[in-house]
Amino acid sequence: MTLKDLIDKLLGRQPSSASTAKQRLQLVLAHDRSDLNPELLEQMRREILEVVARYVEIDVEGGDVSLETEDRVTALVANLPIRATVNRPT
Amino acid sequence: MSTTRTILICSGKGGVGKTTSTANLGIALAKQGKTTVVLDADFGLRNLDLLLGLENRIVYTAQEVLAESCRLEQALVKHKQEPNLCLLPAGNPRMLEWLTPKDMQSIVSLLEKRFDYVLIDCPAGIEDGFKNAVSATREALVITTPEVAAVRDADRVIGLLNIQGVAPVQLVLNRVRPRMMTNQEMLSVDDITDILALPLLGLVFEDEQVIVSTNRGEPLTLGDSSAPAAQAYHNIARRLQGEEIPLMDPSQARRGLRARMRKLMQTKIF
Repeated sequence: MTLKDLIDKLLGRQPSSASTAKQRLQLVLAHDRSDLNPELLEQMRREILEVVARYVEIDVEGGDVSLETEDRVTALVANLPIRATVNRPT
Repeated sequence: MSTTRTILICSGKGGVGKTTSTANLGIALAKQGKTTVVLDADFGLRNLDLLLGLENRIVYTAQEVLAESCRLEQALVKHKQEPNLCLLPAGNPRMLEWLTPKDMQSIVSLLEKRFDYVLIDCPAGIEDGFKNAVSATREALVITTPEVAAVRDADRVIGLLNIQGVAPVQLVLNRVRPRMMTNQEMLSVDDITDILALPLLGLVFEDEQVIVSTNRGEPLTLGDSSAPAAQAYHNIARRLQGEEIPLMDPSQARRGLRARMRKLMQTKIF
């Protein structure tokens, strides 16, 4: 984020078109590079949530599974807030 | 082992300045005393001849050389004012099914015996023409402009070059508009090098003189042009040879208090 972006944000103005361009590019490139389209990613997200939900109670609304990319390396990042551990029968 | 540098000039997207860059870098390297050949690998839609002003002097192409119906010397078109530079068209626009990766490799290895630099002007796209050209190169320059579509396509191309083991791959950022960049109305140099994660070999400012020079078939680097783009291409040619020359700074292209304010606004805070 640049100084101008911060001032724009504080004043409630639209971000500069350059920062919008960068954000859009980073998102589209993460998908291009991993060859995952948004539908597949959504399906994977649901399946991951299902598996995790078997072990812990998660905040589905607050959860987020996305692709992030840095230095040409793409990572799948899951951020799943845990409410409680599910009591499994022993 | 040959010390020839074989460099593919590619971009993915069309119209970002591959052929212009090939012509200008070819002339700049030749002027710096390096024997250089520019190979037009885009034989379906070839234009390198036109930008170099050599369109009326092509008799043979690499195709006839490989078919042994002429010698390499006969097919090479020597530049009138810059005898260190030769052009070789890969093929004839009427023959569309000739080129294979093996043909491309054979012609490039013939050229590597005679020249210090072999610059391959790559066709746009990532189909057969691109694959043929990649198969014959060692290094690559990826040309892009500060626009989302060009950067996205450059990213695809970089991925494919990495898979093929082409190295080093360096970036040339073309058509930079300093004023738009300082106003954050255009992706910045840092944005683009962050996203593509490639070393930046040079940046070329948008320059009307480029169009004037293509009209005449005389690349900007040929004369004593003081145009910013001419300077940029000379610098890129020198950096290719290992000289350290500082990159142009788009925010320095405009001076004064307002430019300084704009630069301040561009400061990264986190």
